[in-house]
Amino acid sequence: MKVKYFAWVRERIGKAEETVEPPPNVQTIADLIGWLSARGESYAYAFEKPRVIRAAIDHTHVKPETAIAGASEIAFFPPMTGG
Amino acid sequence: MTAIVTVRIQEADFDIAREIAGLTHGRTDIGAVVTFSGICRGSEGGDDIAALTLEHYPGMAEAEIMRHAEEAMSRWPLNGLTVIHRFGRITPGENIVLVLTASQHRQAAFEAAEFLMDYLKTSAPFWKREEGAPGNVAGHAEGTGWVEARAHDDAAAARWTKS
Repeated sequence: MKVKYFAWVRERIGKAEETVEPPPNVQTIADLIGWLSARGESYAYAFEKPRVIRAAIDHTHVKPETAIAGASEIAFFPPMTGG
Repeated sequence: MTAIVTVRIQEADFDIAREIAGLTHGRTDIGAVVTFSGICRGSEGGDDIAALTLEHYPGMAEAEIMRHAEEAMSRWPLNGLTVIHRFGRITPGENIVLVLTASQHRQAAFEAAEFLMDYLKTSAPFWKREEGAPGNVAGHAEGTGWVEARAHDDAAAARWTKS
């Protein structure tokens, strides 16, 4: 699946998007955050406060407990500040 | 007549008069148009801002605003609405966002415009970064220039949630 990062999440990780293949035990958004955080210091830094991080699956906001099965694009970003 | 719903995400500025005309031209059923435009301030909390840079999530930004536009159309008797949100570098005095709502009587247009703005603030995937004076990092997310989300914006959006 494709993973996208925005604003300071993107800056901390150092890339805007990548393709990842998490193992089968990574079932929810929260699982995916945990799995990504273990990939390196930059990920751990980006996700150091997981409760602040917002997520979307295929352009729709989702909660940490949402299952990621079938997702083609998952995005992680800080709380939004548009308008 | 058919209600026209327009959602645009663009880097360029917009012309408010032209957008209102686009919504109302040739129609005699509209009795009220409410216009909200959000403008880049030149200072925040006493600190000068050189510019804002707005990052967005292409694809989701349009989809998320359209979902709220459709909800507004279903909740209020609107004749049409327009939402335009800019991205990129925006300097003080420039437009950031435009919400136009048209209805037969004013109450629906006022309420729908406020509803749309409250949701744009909290759920449209845009992020503001301030370009300020050197060393001016107060109020920023981790001192990086990114504007922090505000609790009162969440509270403003929450009041529209159906119980």
